[in-house]
Amino acid sequence: MKNIDSKGHVTGKSVYLDDIPVRQDTLFAAVYSAPVAHARILSLDTSGAQNFPGVVAVFTAGDIPGENQIGGTIPDETLLAEEEIIYQGEPIAVVVAENEYIAREAREKIKLEYETLEAITDPREAAEKGSLLLSPRTLAMGDASSQWDKCSYVFSGSTKIGGQEHLYIETQGAYCFPKENGNLTVYSSTQSPTAIQRAIAKVLGKGMHQIETDVTRLGGAFGGKEDQATPWACMAALASSSLQKPVKLVLSRQDDLRMTGKRHPYAADFKIGLSADLKIMAFEVTYYQNGGAVNDLSLAIAERTLFHATNSYYIPHIKSTIYSCKTNLPPNTAFRGFGGPQGMFVMESAIAKAAQELEIPALKIQQKNLLKEGDLLYYGQKVKQVHIRKAWQTAFREFEIRKKQKEIDDFNKKNPLIKKGLALMPITFGISFTATFLNQARALVHVYTDGSVGVSTGAIEMGQGVNTKMLQVTAQTLGITPSRIKLESTNTTRVANTSPTAASSGADLNGQALLIACRGILQRLKKLAGELHGANASEIDLKDEKIFVGGQFTGMSWETLISEAYLRRMQLSEIGHYATPEIYFDKEKKKGSPFAYHVYGTAMLVSKVDCLRGTYEFEEVKIIHDFGESMNPVIDTGQVEGGVIQGMGYVTMEELAYSKSGRLLSNSLSTYKVPDIYSVPKVFVVKPLKVSGPKHAILKSKAVGEPPLMYGLGAYFAVRNAMRAFNPGFKYFDSPITPEKVLLGLYEKVKA
Amino acid sequence: MITFILNDQLVRTEEPAGSVLLDFIRYKARLMGTKAGCREGDCGACTVLEGHLENGEVRYKSIVSCLTPLGNVQGKHIVTIEGLQKDKMSPVQQAMIDHAATQCGFCTPGFVMSLTAHSLVPKKSTPEKVIDAISGNICRCTGYRSIKTAATDISRLLAQKEMDDPLGWLIKKAFLPEYFRNIAGRLKEIQATTPDANDGKIVGGGTDLFVQQPDALIKTSLQFSKAETNLQTIDIKDSFCRIGGAVTAEEIMKSDLLQHYFPRMKEDFRLISSEPIRNMGTVAGNIVNASPIADLVIFFLALDATVEIKHKSQPDSTIPLREFYIGYKKMKLHPGDLITAIRFPLPEKILFHFEKVSKRKHLDIASVNSALSIQMDGQVIKKIHLSAGGVYAWPFYAEKTVRFLTGKKLTEENIAEAAGILLSEIAPISDIRGNKTYKSLLLRQLFFAHFHELFPETFSAEVLYSKMLAV
Repeated sequence: MKNIDSKGHVTGKSVYLDDIPVRQDTLFAAVYSAPVAHARILSLDTSGAQNFPGVVAVFTAGDIPGENQIGGTIPDETLLAEEEIIYQGEPIAVVVAENEYIAREAREKIKLEYETLEAITDPREAAEKGSLLLSPRTLAMGDASSQWDKCSYVFSGSTKIGGQEHLYIETQGAYCFPKENGNLTVYSSTQSPTAIQRAIAKVLGKGMHQIETDVTRLGGAFGGKEDQATPWACMAALASSSLQKPVKLVLSRQDDLRMTGKRHPYAADFKIGLSADLKIMAFEVTYYQNGGAVNDLSLAIAERTLFHATNSYYIPHIKSTIYSCKTNLPPNTAFRGFGGPQGMFVMESAIAKAAQELEIPALKIQQKNLLKEGDLLYYGQKVKQVHIRKAWQTAFREFEIRKKQKEIDDFNKKNPLIKKGLALMPITFGISFTATFLNQARALVHVYTDGSVGVSTGAIEMGQGVNTKMLQVTAQTLGITPSRIKLESTNTTRVANTSPTAASSGADLNGQALLIACRGILQRLKKLAGELHGANASEIDLKDEKIFVGGQFTGMSWETLISEAYLRRMQLSEIGHYATPEIYFDKEKKKGSPFAYHVYGTAMLVSKVDCLRGTYEFEEVKIIHDFGESMNPVIDTGQVEGGVIQGMGYVTMEELAYSKSGRLLSNSLSTYKVPDIYSVPKVFVVKPLKVSGPKHAILKSKAVGEPPLMYGLGAYFAVRNAMRAFNPGFKYFDSPITPEKVLLGLYEKVKA
Repeated sequence: MITFILNDQLVRTEEPAGSVLLDFIRYKARLMGTKAGCREGDCGACTVLEGHLENGEVRYKSIVSCLTPLGNVQGKHIVTIEGLQKDKMSPVQQAMIDHAATQCGFCTPGFVMSLTAHSLVPKKSTPEKVIDAISGNICRCTGYRSIKTAATDISRLLAQKEMDDPLGWLIKKAFLPEYFRNIAGRLKEIQATTPDANDGKIVGGGTDLFVQQPDALIKTSLQFSKAETNLQTIDIKDSFCRIGGAVTAEEIMKSDLLQHYFPRMKEDFRLISSEPIRNMGTVAGNIVNASPIADLVIFFLALDATVEIKHKSQPDSTIPLREFYIGYKKMKLHPGDLITAIRFPLPEKILFHFEKVSKRKHLDIASVNSALSIQMDGQVIKKIHLSAGGVYAWPFYAEKTVRFLTGKKLTEENIAEAAGILLSEIAPISDIRGNKTYKSLLLRQLFFAHFHELFPETFSAEVLYSKMLAV
C-alpha cells in the first residue's frame, strides 16, 4: 500500500504548519538571538524594536509569567536568555509585529551590551576544563585492562566524527491561538506534542489541560523536531497568551540553521586487542560527545552510543566511557540513529585500523566477530533471533563480494589516477527508547454510525508512513476497506501523554496500542454478531466488510452490524494502551535488557575516487536488510533508501563548520551540502533478508526508521580504502571525508 | 502595476516589484502548494513554471519563485502546482505516486513542477535530461531512488511526444490542463501594455541579490535588464561571439551555435548551479556579482572576453574582463552603468577546457574552478589563456603563467614549471570552501587536468602519476 498522503503531496494539497489558513488578526513573531557564543549580558534595550512602526510587543525573559525553563530531560535550558549567553543563536527576545518583514527589521533595532567570555567549541577541550553536562559514564563487561597482554595484536587510535544538520525541508514553526478561559491551542511542527504542551504550561504557569497541541504532519524532522520544536511553540504561546491574539512563528532557514542543534560531533580514543585468529578479545573506548550548551537529549544519546559501541560484534572484554561535554554551541540533539552512528563509527574505525596494520582486508576481522544466537551484549542483554551472520552471508553470496574485491584490485593496478574501494557495513541496532518509561502509547478509535472509522494515535506523520501503517492495522483488524478509515491529526486532547515519535518506535508502540483498541471493538462486535446469528463469538469473522459465521457469509454487512450495535447502545469507541513488556535497564548495576529486539543487515559499498581531483562517487550500494516481516515493503524500502543516502551524506559531504568563537559557518544551503539526485549510487539495491519477525514488532514488521542510516557509514570506509590504494600512508579516521580531506590525504607525504 | 497570468487567472498587482514571487503566491494569492524551503534557490521546494512569449508561442521553463522578483514576471505566465489538473492526476503526479517517490511531501510540489517544465521542453526527453530537470530539487527523505525511477518513466512517456503539436499532445495526455491553449493569446494582450518606466538598481535574474538582501529590495527602486530584448541574443560573426548581458546560463548551455566550438559545454554547464537557477541567472549578473568563484566569469576569462558597458551620460565603452576587477567585489563600474554584453574571439582551432571542484559536484559553489584555452602551432603554444576562481580576491587571470607558457613547447617540464609559477601568483584564503593549502593543491591538480584532458597522449595518467604529481 502506498503512503496514504501521496495524492495530497503530489497535488500540493497536503497541509503543513505554514499552510494553515491565517486568521485575520494574526500577529507574526521573529526571534532576536545571541550574536556571540558566550557572554555576560550587561544590558538589553528593546525600545528601538518596541517603538518600530508595526511592532505590537517585544517579549524578554522578564515577561514570562511562569518559569523561564524548557529543559526536556533536565531543567537547565531557559526559553529566553537572562543573565548569560551560552551559545550564538540563543533566543533572547521575541518581536511580535503585524507581519514578519516588520518583525525581522525591528529585531535589528534591539541593543544588547555584553561582556564576552571565553567560548569552548571543542569537546576534548571541554573535558579537560571540566565543562561537562554530567559526570562521565562507563559501561563494561569482563576486564579489558587485564587482556592486553594476552592479545596477539593491540592497536590504538583516535577518531573524529562531525555533526550533521537535519535539514528537514520544512523549517521549525508554531502557530498559537488563544481560546476562552486562558486556554490555548498550538499548532506545531513537532515530533513531541506532549513535550510542547508540558513546556508551555510551565512557561505560562498553566495546567497542561489548558494547552491543546495539534499536529497534522511534518515536512521532515529526523529527530530535529523531537526536543527542538519546543522553544518556538513556547514563544508563540507566550505572545499569544499575553496579547490574546493568534501568533505565528516560523523560522527562516538561516535562523533555523543558526538557532537549532544538530547531530552531536564526537571525538574518541580507542584500543583494540585481537587474538592470532582475529577474534576481538578486548576493546576500550572513550568518547567525547559535543553536547552543546545545555543537556537537551545529550545524555540519552550518550547512552545509546554506549549501547552501540560494539556494533554487530561480540567482544568479551570491553570498557566504554563517555564524556558528555558542555560547549558553547547550540544544544546538540536527536538525529536519526541517536548516538548509535557515532558508536559504530568508532568500532569500525578500530577494526579498519587493525586491518591496515595487519595488512588484511577489514572484512576478515568483521566476519570473524559477528554476533551469534545467545551472545551477551555487554550491557547485559542476551540477543535472540540474531540475523547478522545470515545477513552477512547473504550479502557475500548475492553480491559476489569476493569477485567484486578482485575486480577492484585489478582495476586499481591498471589505473594510476582512479582508484576504487569496497567496504562492508554490518549493522545491529536496538529498538526501544532506552528510557524505558517512554515505551508506552495510546490510541483512540471511533466507529461512527455509518461504519466509517476515525483513528487517533500519539504518532506523528513526518513522511515515514506511520499513518499508512496505522490505517493498515485498523483495516486489517476490523476487516474493512481502507477508504472507510481516517487518520486524525495528532492531538493532545484525544491522545494524552504521548511519547515523542522517535527511536524508530512510532509504528510499533502506537500500532500495538491501536491493535489493542481495534481488538476491543472487534470483540464486542463479534459478541453481538454471534447473538444476531445464534453463534459463539469465537465463530465470527469480519472481513471484506462482511460478517462470517464459521467461514460462511451471513449476508450481513459491516455497516448493518455497526448500525445494530449503535441501536443496542453498544460502545463503539475504544482507547488502547500499550507498554512494551520485558524491557528494563538497571541504571545502578548498569545492566539490563533495554531493547525489545534488534534490527540487522549488511551493506556493500563501492567508491570510485578521482585521485587527480580528489573527488569521488559511489558505483554501487547493495544492501541486505532485516525488515522482519514487512507489513509495507514499499514504505519500508523507502525508509532504507532514504536512511542510507542520509548516512552517506553524513560521512561524505555534510560538513558542519563553526568558527573558534562558536559562530556557525555552514549557515546556509550554499555552504552546507546534502546529497542531491546526482549523489545517488549508480547501482542502488535493497533486498529483504528472509526471516520471521519478532512479536514486539507491529504485525512482526520491524522498526525501520533509524537502522539503515548506519549503512551509510560504510561510505567513509569505501572512500578511505580507495584512497589507501593510492596513498597507503593515509591513516586518519576523520569524518566527513570531504573532497578537501580526500585530496589533501592523497597527496600527504608518506611519513617514514 | 505588474500584470501577469497566475495559473488561469489574470493578476494585476501593486505589490512592490522587488518583492518575491514566492511570497505573492503563498501569502497574497494564498496558493499554499508552493513551499518555502531555503529562500536561496538551493532546495527547489518553491519551483514554478515561467512561460514567456517567443515568436508567438509560449516557452516554459522552471524557476525558483523564492528568488524571482515580481518585476521579472511582468507579462509572463506563472504556473504553480494548483495550476495543473484539477480533477485528475497528471502523468507526472501519477508516476510520483506509483513509485512511492514522495515521503514527507514537502519537496514534492517542486519536483512535480520541475518535471512538468521538462515535459514542455521542445527537445526530446532523455533519461539524462530528465534528471537535469530535477537537479535543483533537494529531497531529504527518499534517497532519490524512487524519484529517479518516476522521472525515467516520465521521460519514456515524453519520448512519444508528437512534435508537430506538442502542446496538444501534452493536454491530451493530461500533463497540462486545457486552459494552456489560450495562454499565448492572453499573454499577447498583456505584452501590449508597456511596463512601468524604470530607474533604479539593475536586476538580472536576481539569483544572488535576492539571497543576500530580500527584505531591503522590497523597498528599493529597481529596473529589470531581462525586460530589454536587445540584451538577450547570442551572435557569432567574423570569428567573434557576442553574448547579451541578460542571456541566461541555460541559454548559453543550450546554444547550438556555441556547441560547435565547445563540445563539452553541456557537461561543463551541468556543474554550474541547477537548471532553474541557470534559467534565471544572467551573464551580466554573474560578472557584476564579482564573486571570486563566479563560474561564467572563469569560463569567459579564459576566452579573453571583453565587457561592453553602457553608461548613463557617457558614450558606451569596453574593457577586457581581465582588467575589470580591482578588488574583492570591486570593479570598474559606476552606478547606473549597464553591462550590455561580453564578446570574445572564436578562432576555429581553439582548444578549451573547464574544471570545477566543489564539495558536492552539482549545485554547489566551487572550491576552485579554472578554465584554459589554447591554440597550438605544432608542438608550440601559440596562444593561451588561463583563469582560476577561489584562489584570489576576484576571478583570477593567471597572467604570469600565461606569459611564461606563450611560445613554449608543450612538454612535461614546461607544464610542471608553469604550475609552480601559477601557484606563486595566486593568493587563496582559508574559508568554508577549503583551506588555502587545499585550494593551492587543487588548482595545481586542475591545471594538470586541463592538459590531461586536452592532450591525453602527452599528459596521460601514467605520465602525470609518475612524473608530475610527485606522490
